[in-house]
Amino acid sequence: MTEGHDEAARQLVAQFGFDRSRLMDIVQGLQRRFGHVSDDAVRSIASALRIHAVEIEDMVSFYAFLDRKPRGRCRIRLSRTPVSMIKGMAAVASAFEAALGISVGETSSDGAFTLEWTSDIGMADQEPAALIDTTVLTALVPDDVPHIVAALRDGRRSAGVGPVLPKAGVRSSLVQPGPLLSGGHDNAAGLQAALCREPVKVIEQITASRLRGRGGAGFPTGLKWRLCRQAVGEEHYVVCNADEGEPGTFKDRLLLSEFPDLVFDGMVIAGYALGSRHGVLYLRGEYAYLLDDLQAVLAKRRQLGRLGVAICGTIGFDFDIRIQLGAGAYICGEESALLESLEGKRGAPRDRPPFPTERGYLGQPTAIDNVETFACVARIMEHGAAWFTASGTAESTGTKLMSVAGDCKRPGVYEVPFGITVNELLDLVGAADAEFVQVGGPSGQPVAPKDFGRRIAYEDLSTGGSTMVFGPQRDVLEIVLQFADFFVDESCGWCTPCRVGTTLLRTGLRKVIAGQASLEDIATMEAVAGTVTRMSRCGLGQSAPNPILGTMRSFPHLYEAKLRADADISGFDLDKALGEAIKVQGRQPVPEEG
Amino acid sequence: MDDATIRFTVDGIEIEAVAGQTVIEACDAAGIYIPRLCHHPDLAPAGQCRVCTCTINGRNGAACVTPAMQGMVVENETKPLNDDRRAIIEMLFVEGNHPCVYCVASGDCELQALGYRLGLDAPKQPYLWPGRPLDTTHPDIILDHDRCILCSRCIRASRMEDGKTVFGFEGRGIAMRLNVDAQGGLGETQMAAIDRAASVCPVACIVIKRDSYKVPNGKRRFDVSPIGSDIEAKRMPRT
Repeated sequence: MTEGHDEAARQLVAQFGFDRSRLMDIVQGLQRRFGHVSDDAVRSIASALRIHAVEIEDMVSFYAFLDRKPRGRCRIRLSRTPVSMIKGMAAVASAFEAALGISVGETSSDGAFTLEWTSDIGMADQEPAALIDTTVLTALVPDDVPHIVAALRDGRRSAGVGPVLPKAGVRSSLVQPGPLLSGGHDNAAGLQAALCREPVKVIEQITASRLRGRGGAGFPTGLKWRLCRQAVGEEHYVVCNADEGEPGTFKDRLLLSEFPDLVFDGMVIAGYALGSRHGVLYLRGEYAYLLDDLQAVLAKRRQLGRLGVAICGTIGFDFDIRIQLGAGAYICGEESALLESLEGKRGAPRDRPPFPTERGYLGQPTAIDNVETFACVARIMEHGAAWFTASGTAESTGTKLMSVAGDCKRPGVYEVPFGITVNELLDLVGAADAEFVQVGGPSGQPVAPKDFGRRIAYEDLSTGGSTMVFGPQRDVLEIVLQFADFFVDESCGWCTPCRVGTTLLRTGLRKVIAGQASLEDIATMEAVAGTVTRMSRCGLGQSAPNPILGTMRSFPHLYEAKLRADADISGFDLDKALGEAIKVQGRQPVPEEG
Repeated sequence: MDDATIRFTVDGIEIEAVAGQTVIEACDAAGIYIPRLCHHPDLAPAGQCRVCTCTINGRNGAACVTPAMQGMVVENETKPLNDDRRAIIEMLFVEGNHPCVYCVASGDCELQALGYRLGLDAPKQPYLWPGRPLDTTHPDIILDHDRCILCSRCIRASRMEDGKTVFGFEGRGIAMRLNVDAQGGLGETQMAAIDRAASVCPVACIVIKRDSYKVPNGKRRFDVSPIGSDIEAKRMPRT
């Protein structure tokens, strides 16, 4: 049944040099070819790598885009986020169900299609969007669906679907450029400027710019680089975190598709500053459609001497970049989980210390920075630290790329100076009647109109850039429930408070929305949320309760309105509870007397 | 006193550690009990259960994976921390199926004993009632997945102590499960009843057949004295 899997697995293991740490590439090769990683393949990999099958199963079963059992030959994944839902995804999903004759979550009987939901795919500005294998289709309407399915049935593989619906291609999403995104980016100006300095002077310049990590956590980049450079190791690594998984953000997608050289320049500059020879760009699986273009950019850079040996003629500075494709796991955006994933393991975060700057990829000193951070680095080297600190606030220098989507007239990427208020941003994007803004994605903060005067900056509303705008017609609690679903789906499961707590929070929220919760239930939810926040191992768990806790504070009336009328009595519906037993046994209970 | 000695305080009590020790190791040696579940003194720490979380220099961190550092200020026995620890124990009770009343490990179960120690009367959270299979394929061992709390002790012991890698995880999030290194269940693995992996389970997930009730109920480890009292007994009364 799984003929050829054994041989293919052995070939892939050999192709990746019998290297255990390249397990991700090995199993992805099998997934691409056979649609799943079979038992036979697992056994072959295990024997070829001399590891146990249970280790491979551990890794493969962790990722949403890897399968242990065969599913449909064509995978249709529909992005399910609050933004996709308000843009009409439910109707698109129904159209797919009708056209394929299956429900979401099922595989067609001929094995041709699997239709399923997936978390955000980085297209919030162009929802409803779908991933068909690795092809992205955007701005779908139900009428598009029959054409898509017909094209797929015609035997034209998913790659041929794009041309069928040219309007559904990924559009450029840059609405407002600023200093970072103005001017050329493929002339290596920043890189040339960096190579004229001593490596430590490069770090000094970055420190002087007071650049902080653009992923959201805001760690000072100069300090990170100094610690990494000082750490002793056989090799130093530069890792670009392009696992842009926070729902609602797509600014890294923009940088990678329209300003890739700026990002790669930043990585090469980091390599020079840290004394590193190896860079890795970890690209989220959802962005696989960018892979060929990015590889072409890297190839061109090698031709131009901007990558490889003696970069730009600098004798002794050799640096190259490889791209590692992820496989569908939000947690891999967390830097230590990303490292585990890079090493071919489940994406479970690590305990710190040691920090990645000391012991990172393959146990060596590693600097992991966001895509946007590297772009900033290149510009800082090009224009100088003073140019950079001229915009922003005291603690948040420079500009920030904001991904804005939802109920607004002009969704897209805006380059704005740090310190801009939520109100000012809403004016820019055309969202005068916003009732609820989620700043920083599900793990960020829900902001109510009374707080629209707050500033976007590390010292106030810290954000990686995701901004979801919701108008007065939206159901806030339904949106919060979708965030709760997201965290249940994306918790890695390693630690108890996050693994179980996110599930309990969703259960509690469902109870509230169903109108079955008492005041005591709300208090219980709040207590669970607090425990998850305080006791979880990494940022995912620590921030997972934010939408619930934040809306409890900002929109308490919405919770109050849902409380049971007899809220102080905790009871249950006896008839409903007995319903299943009555059905199974086929007899009614004896009515109570009196 | 040499340079390698690290001093820090736990709830105001000054203790000593040597370089390389974790907070929990130093506290164990000093007779201060930090509640824990996934930690086992013979195994590399994994930081999974988070029960041993302490407030260390103002920030929460798991004591099992935090290295002891000069001058650190650790809070352990505080009401907020014990409330959160109890909440975690409650989560583990509702995540699996834990019928203490008729469980073979009752009185010898660290989850149950911690519930008692931390004052968990009965879970208020809704039970998740997972449908997990019982693995009886091994001639000498039962693997009762209902009881598994995903502490990874067996995984670590099998790898480190037994050199076998019998166990691993599969899946993620709330669907995460213990997995064995064979399609046909534990009976097809290299597992032996005398393996370290069989004896480190804190609950009744790994049960040795024909071995139950040798010690009758009422006379088991935690029937006799609460969990942690062995460690606390090491601490000399202050004079």
